[in-house]
Amino acid sequence: MREGDAKRWELPPGRAEEAFEDKKPLYTPAEALAEANRCLYCSGAPCIQACPTGIDVPTFIRKIGTGNLKGAARTILSANLLGQSCAQVCPVEVLCAGSCVYTGWGREPIAIGRLQRYAVETTLSSHPALFQAKQPTGKRIALVGSGPASIAAAGLLALEGHTCLLYERKALPGGLNTLGIAPYKLKGPEALQELEWVLSLGRIEVRTGIEVVETASGPGQVSATGLLATHDAVFLGLGLGADARLGIPGEQGEGVHGATHLIERLKTDPGLTLEGVRRALVIGGGNTALDIAHELALLGVEVAMVYRRSEQEMGGYVHELDAARLDGVRLLENRQPVEILREDGRVVAMRLAFLAEGKPLPGAGETLPTDLVAVAIGQDRATHVARAFAGVALDERGRVKVDPLTHRTGNPKVWSGGDCVNGGKEVVNAVAEAKLAVRDIQRYLAGE
Amino acid sequence: MADLSIEFCGIRSPNPFWLASAPPTNTGDQVMRAFDAGWGGAVWKTLGNPIVNVTSRFGGIDYGNTRLMGLNNIELITDRPLEVNFREMLEVKKRFPKHTLVASLMVETKEEWREIIQRSEDAGADLLELNFGCPHGMCERGMGSAVGAEPKVLEEIARWAVEFARVPVIVKLTPNVGDILEPGEAAVRAGVPALSLINTVKSIMGVDLDRMVPLPRVGDASTNGGYCGPAVKPIALHLLSQLARHPQCGRLAISGIGGISNWRDAAEFIALGATSVQVCTAVMHHGFRIVEDMLEGLSDFLDEKGMSSVAELRGRAVPAFRDWGELDLSYKLVADINPDTCIGCQLCYVACMDGSHQCIHLPGRTEEQSRQAGHTHLPKHVPERAVTAAAATPGARVPFVDEEECVGCNLCQLVCPVPGCITMEEVSTGRPRESWNDRIAHGKAYVPGGLEATEATRRRNR
Repeated sequence: MREGDAKRWELPPGRAEEAFEDKKPLYTPAEALAEANRCLYCSGAPCIQACPTGIDVPTFIRKIGTGNLKGAARTILSANLLGQSCAQVCPVEVLCAGSCVYTGWGREPIAIGRLQRYAVETTLSSHPALFQAKQPTGKRIALVGSGPASIAAAGLLALEGHTCLLYERKALPGGLNTLGIAPYKLKGPEALQELEWVLSLGRIEVRTGIEVVETASGPGQVSATGLLATHDAVFLGLGLGADARLGIPGEQGEGVHGATHLIERLKTDPGLTLEGVRRALVIGGGNTALDIAHELALLGVEVAMVYRRSEQEMGGYVHELDAARLDGVRLLENRQPVEILREDGRVVAMRLAFLAEGKPLPGAGETLPTDLVAVAIGQDRATHVARAFAGVALDERGRVKVDPLTHRTGNPKVWSGGDCVNGGKEVVNAVAEAKLAVRDIQRYLAGE
Repeated sequence: MADLSIEFCGIRSPNPFWLASAPPTNTGDQVMRAFDAGWGGAVWKTLGNPIVNVTSRFGGIDYGNTRLMGLNNIELITDRPLEVNFREMLEVKKRFPKHTLVASLMVETKEEWREIIQRSEDAGADLLELNFGCPHGMCERGMGSAVGAEPKVLEEIARWAVEFARVPVIVKLTPNVGDILEPGEAAVRAGVPALSLINTVKSIMGVDLDRMVPLPRVGDASTNGGYCGPAVKPIALHLLSQLARHPQCGRLAISGIGGISNWRDAAEFIALGATSVQVCTAVMHHGFRIVEDMLEGLSDFLDEKGMSSVAELRGRAVPAFRDWGELDLSYKLVADINPDTCIGCQLCYVACMDGSHQCIHLPGRTEEQSRQAGHTHLPKHVPERAVTAAAATPGARVPFVDEEECVGCNLCQLVCPVPGCITMEEVSTGRPRESWNDRIAHGKAYVPGGLEATEATRRRNR
């Protein structure tokens, strides 16, 4: 961020996420150099292939080694505008670093994420002007939602000289990056700082507190048809909707939280207190479940994850489960929530049924004491927003249908990407999809 | 954005990064791929009467985890027909008219020189480089370094070349001589406008201890080859600076060669007087792609230093080269170890004890223990400082520099594995600037009374 620029968005002090320590802290120059010089500078390297945005990893690492730090950041950001947050939140263990040639050779893979963080964070704090936007084209593009997919798309479109308007329903922009990433990976202020850098690339305006609906009925709402009429193209980066619910007795009321909503409160709400919460149960086996379980454990809560199948079938990453276990999280496999028990309205325990291969074992179960339940069994889709755009179709799981090569929807003026299309993947996937969409929007705006 | 383009003897080049005459410039296809990658010029693999090569022909030196710190080769000049080379050169020049194409040449007789120069120019060469440097194979035939090491012969052949050529001629020098200025001056006398250096250094890369044959091995025997790569950079920089400081040679354009692997190396060669740089080993190791970092790194470097062109950098460090006798004897540095980044490996301690002046101490020892360890001078107080760096060995202590005794030799800083942990701090001696030559001029260099009197005087002056 340039000096003198006022911060547009700020998070209040006293948030729970402030207490978390960085899982992968910023390297010192000495550490970065030592690690960079270990890289073999492979040609056509597996780490490049493993990156959804195709960052030329060996090249940026070599540049760190030669002292060309600014060039290293340029290499990263020209392939992935959100290179800073991706450096911290990417599951490098299963992507770039997981495919490092050293792995198969029995050596520690290169710490690609940490080197990327070093290059980008260090450079952007001193040389933010790495790219120059093209001459203004006069074209206006609306981006619905301000999560990673929209931010990446807006940055790329702004560099092409277009004007971008981001419409965000919430008060804070940034979507998942600001509100949903586990704080030991990336904290809200860091996400907002990266967003500010993207905004500095060109003409990008963020309109928060604006909902896109079928028929606007007052301030704070704009209609889909209105957007289509006043913009040359529209990008839908809607993300996902509210947390899915269990649908069991006792679920209503205090003490039972949707996982992403709880994560958001840990990150933004200074009023959130976990006083009196000694034990928690997290329902689900995906990465969101692992995140909230790990976060609660780091806050000193005794956490068990309840998953209805076996550990081998879990959707969450093995390395995340291992890391969560190191911090005290237990996994209870083959169990299904049956009822949440309350005393004086307070959650006190949960009844679980035992399952085998996903099927309930009749009469078998247990009751576990708990003070809090976090439900991480998926999220709804933001279908009503997508449906408001004529021609935009959804698949049977509520995902926005796009041409996989262009990310164009059924409406020739509308493109989409990120979680609302892929059903919930990584930030780096959202950036990769935004790149595809922007390439096609460019062709469209050029009249090709 | 700094202007990376250069002018070499009137020939424009989009940037100073040229490929040296070697395997990477063996074919038109390679040169075109290199130009696509960003290289500004290429010196075609030496043309002459094609030869037959042996296998193997490369040897490498590794150091620790670093592969190819040095490379040597016993490959000779082109082994492909001249017509093929010239046809490909013509094609390259047609497709890349703004890039610099240099023909490296090596033949024997005056008539052969006349012919090959004419044919190279017809093929579009912007410059000619006379290969008077190859230290293996060709010198036994009276060419290559056999010419470079014989100023009279060099001068004569270079004179022919200048006479026959319409384009500028570069003389490529061998480092395998006692005094680089002798062939340099011979080139000046011959009237060439440019020099390039260094060619490879005579070397044997190692010995196969099972077969008892030197490396690289050709069947049951080997021969000396030409040494290149990062390891030869310091030698190249020295020879370059000698020529750059010479009143006549320094006026010629110079293409620097020798271990250049990245933008920083290139900047160093240019700062010591080179106009263009030639790269080979780094490309043989990592491919043409390394040029991207070189271009970007040099451009950003020039911007940061407020220079708008490569020409502004050229020769900037030359005036700061002095003979030893001109150096300031009053200037003093002492080492300082940063307790916040020290990891407690104590490499500085052991290097100073055994390899230098015993002025780094370990905390926590009694005077008796220090003396037993070999210290003859003991500071009044050795502070206890625990390491605090995140990467430090728990419980390790930070070694202590006895500043009174430290001679500022730099060895501890050189062996310290943590960049920036040991710094050399300037301290005032309170004495005015004075060089050895000044002392001679003032009659202070010689102290009557023999070695003992000299030593006593030194002690007084300390």
